[in-house]
Amino acid sequence: MSQDPTPLASSPLRQHIGRTSAPRTVEIDPGHIARFAEAIGDPNPIYRDEAVARAAGHPRIPAPPTFATALRPNDVRQGLDIDWSRILHGEQEFRYERPLYAGDVLTLTHVLRDVYEKSGKSGVMDFLVLDIEARDPAGVLVYVGRSVVVVRRLGEDGNKPQGGR
Amino acid sequence: MHRHLHVGDRLPPHVNAPIERSQLVRYAEASGDSNPIHIDEDFARRAGYRSVFAHGMLSMGFLGRFLSDSFGPAAVRRLHVRFKAITWPGDVITCHGEVTGVSEKDQRQVLELKVWTENQDATVTSEGSATVVLHQA
Repeated sequence: MSQDPTPLASSPLRQHIGRTSAPRTVEIDPGHIARFAEAIGDPNPIYRDEAVARAAGHPRIPAPPTFATALRPNDVRQGLDIDWSRILHGEQEFRYERPLYAGDVLTLTHVLRDVYEKSGKSGVMDFLVLDIEARDPAGVLVYVGRSVVVVRRLGEDGNKPQGGR
Repeated sequence: MHRHLHVGDRLPPHVNAPIERSQLVRYAEASGDSNPIHIDEDFARRAGYRSVFAHGMLSMGFLGRFLSDSFGPAAVRRLHVRFKAITWPGDVITCHGEVTGVSEKDQRQVLELKVWTENQDATVTSEGSATVVLHQA
């Protein structure tokens, strides 16, 4: 009912900062690139026809700039106490050391980098900073995908906020 | 033609087709994002939303396409987006971009851009920045 005057209780997820998933190795399939391009409404034949890609100077079919999101690691959030219906995607960044192409073999790890909490107009929210690191078979970093996801805490309606005392 | 881009120049905006629920299903499949809030009407309503809504990553995908149309997919080396407002079925998302920096590295031109998406009401639904490396300076 009344506003809690005490400082924000830190998220119990904080204890998992640094947690890293088991690596998962994937190979980029050209058909997957084509389906992804279709889903984002991109008709560019460069994603569907290797001859077109080569004519444009690519060694193989390139991946669209956000295709890395379709390469899924073992999810480090598995097994954590997270209500998936209360999650929103806050931010995303991809940093590529080189372009991605069909046929690339990548080993993905998922790391929980940070957890912090903020109070906003819709209540208390926990922010999770998650990195996906992708390396080639030689161990060279190919890209980092960083997500910030927001978990709205329960509260106000009689439920104790997660992490409340 | 990109060699003539300067700070303050804007890319021609790109208007995407209206968001359809079937597109959300296709995006969920292609991206591997299985969150039912984007495809299951009942689930979305139980979670307190008026309907399913688009993956933020779909709008980021639009921005990626917007940049690759101008510069090619291999040129986009960094893309960062903050999701600001929910995108609903039927919304028409337009991509915008403005050059904020031009430099040269290893004889290649490097562009920094501010990028954002707006819906049909001119509400900014996502905003961020990109780094694009062109082949020749």
